[in-house]
Amino acid sequence: MAALEKIKQVSGRAVPVPGDDVDTDRIIPARFMKCVTFDGLGEYAFFDVRYDGEGNKKKHPLNEERYEGATIMLVGNNFGCGSSREHAPQSLHKFGVRAIIGLSFAEIFFGNSTTLGMPCVTVSEDTLHLLTQAVESHPESALTINLEKMEIDCGGNTFPCELPPAAREGLLAGEWDALALLLKDQQDIEAVADKLHYV
Amino acid sequence: MGKTLFHKVWEDHTVRTLPNGQTQLFIGTHLIHEVTSPQAFGMLRELGLKVKYPQRTFATVDHIVPTNEMAEPYSDPLAQAMIQALRDNTKEFGVTFFDTNTGKQGVVHIVGPEQGITQPGTTIACGDSHTATHGAFGAIAFGIGTSQVRDVLATQTMALSPLKVRRINVSGKLGPGVYAKDVILHIIRLLGVGGGKGYAYEYGGEVFDNFSMEERMTVCNMSIEGGARCGYVNPDAKTFEYLKGRPYSPQGADWDAAVEKWASYASDADAEYDDVFNIDAADIKPTVTWGITPGQAVFIDENLPLLDELDSADRATAQEAYEYMSLNPGEPIRGTKIDVAFLGSCTNGRLSDFEEAAKYLKGHKVAPGVKAIVVPGSQVVAKIAEAKGLDKVFTEAGFEWRGAGCSMCLAMNPDKLQGNQLCASSSNRNFKGRQGSPTGRTVLMSPVMVMAAAIKGEISDAREVFGVQVATVGVEGA
Repeated sequence: MAALEKIKQVSGRAVPVPGDDVDTDRIIPARFMKCVTFDGLGEYAFFDVRYDGEGNKKKHPLNEERYEGATIMLVGNNFGCGSSREHAPQSLHKFGVRAIIGLSFAEIFFGNSTTLGMPCVTVSEDTLHLLTQAVESHPESALTINLEKMEIDCGGNTFPCELPPAAREGLLAGEWDALALLLKDQQDIEAVADKLHYV
Repeated sequence: MGKTLFHKVWEDHTVRTLPNGQTQLFIGTHLIHEVTSPQAFGMLRELGLKVKYPQRTFATVDHIVPTNEMAEPYSDPLAQAMIQALRDNTKEFGVTFFDTNTGKQGVVHIVGPEQGITQPGTTIACGDSHTATHGAFGAIAFGIGTSQVRDVLATQTMALSPLKVRRINVSGKLGPGVYAKDVILHIIRLLGVGGGKGYAYEYGGEVFDNFSMEERMTVCNMSIEGGARCGYVNPDAKTFEYLKGRPYSPQGADWDAAVEKWASYASDADAEYDDVFNIDAADIKPTVTWGITPGQAVFIDENLPLLDELDSADRATAQEAYEYMSLNPGEPIRGTKIDVAFLGSCTNGRLSDFEEAAKYLKGHKVAPGVKAIVVPGSQVVAKIAEAKGLDKVFTEAGFEWRGAGCSMCLAMNPDKLQGNQLCASSSNRNFKGRQGSPTGRTVLMSPVMVMAAAIKGEISDAREVFGVQVATVGVEGA
């Protein structure tokens, strides 16, 4: 398997996606999951948030020209709750998102995103508020999420951020997709299987 | 100190600790379906990998199957492509597939238990967040993404961080007209949609001891709606009774040994929990959601909360919910007009749900203008229900009786809300657009409450509609 990139930092312009409990149905509506590959999911990210029933653009930061090309999303609490569909982080990744800064993340979404090498870091409410203000007034400026220092740089100001140690280690070591590790020493897997009553 | 079931199962399935501190956990049973598996099989092919334990992987088709059209090719070519991909993949990789012509097809979380595949003390994974359903049997069951489906296919393991365990006790007895669905909606309302983050939920207490296996499944099913990745009930005599004689259950001499092993996984009496939460069953009433998250719920006889009655952190989402649902704070939820009534899903699409609903529906008619559908959770459920004549009760009342599938729970098939229709639904999610229309509205409730809403054409208290005696506190048994 090809070696994975060591993800030590993510830099880019940011876009605020306000609201708590943004579920994965909202990130990628189920009707767009009728597919056998993840190709092309990018254009459907947040589709019903971005477009009305007639296909007209709705008022939303993701439709604003000033945020076009943003690669970091600023989100609220419990982002990515609901369905386990990996289609959700896949669609965001293909939409161009490379990292998400939020107050908290639903677990399955968090894991799926990490496996794609897309860090989901958490910050305090105050920090999110300040970052959102900065991004709204200077959408052209880039943020940098530094996973070694666990800091976010925004126009020279730094803010602390958090990431569970396992995800951080995986991203820094280039082992965010666990498959290569899981495939090692398969006799250990077989030993566990052999002693289980039902396998 | 004793151990919880979660810790015992985790220990027995641990392969090793990975460099990042996560556990490589053996997954004894892998359930797959057509939506989240094709990309995983594609990745296996690209990497030249095989399915490591094909005999421990079971497939069925549920999300995309039309429930009103059995003949193939389906009118939706994308749906046809997905079922075909699953047929091809399961054949190529040697995986058992409960296809539409087997009489065993259905919603994956209904098929696993009824085939006896779901067993106590096991680990189960499925690319679907409602996998926690299988926890009703004392299994540790995880909903996973497609990359993890790939991991489990290729290695029968996945990387996971251990969870804390929260014991949720529901003591006492539920009142008449109060069901398992009300219990889980109440739990989510109290603990929040993100409250279970980092936890496995262990459900117990008198209410769970008295629950049937199907009622336990209803509760475990919605653990993820409370943010808990898995939820379970300790296995007991009822669990073993349910499993006895099912196609994949141990047979003959193996049975007794299996039961002994299964029983040993139950949490020890002196097990230590990271958190304990106690609920009195007498405090629970029929519950309905009013918003866009399953935690936004009220008792049927309550008024909708005023914004300033809510925690300040919940107000913005509540405001958003009121606008989306066209409901107003302070008003009753009872009397809200409905357009559609849906009975089905992995939450409430089992035989006992249909029996209980039919018991009250019999002799009534669906209100004019309400579209009402009943969707069996599996072909097995459909067959037994039809043999008992339940389909006739539903159709005579004006419901459509459909084929097995996920149907309108998530609308990846022709069953969808139109425009801003409001649906009284026995399913599990009331997210914006969940039932197929970007402006469609969902009110979650128990199957019997769906019946009451269908008959009245508006959200109603089933206890009043059906004349169920409501016990008054203090006079019980007087």
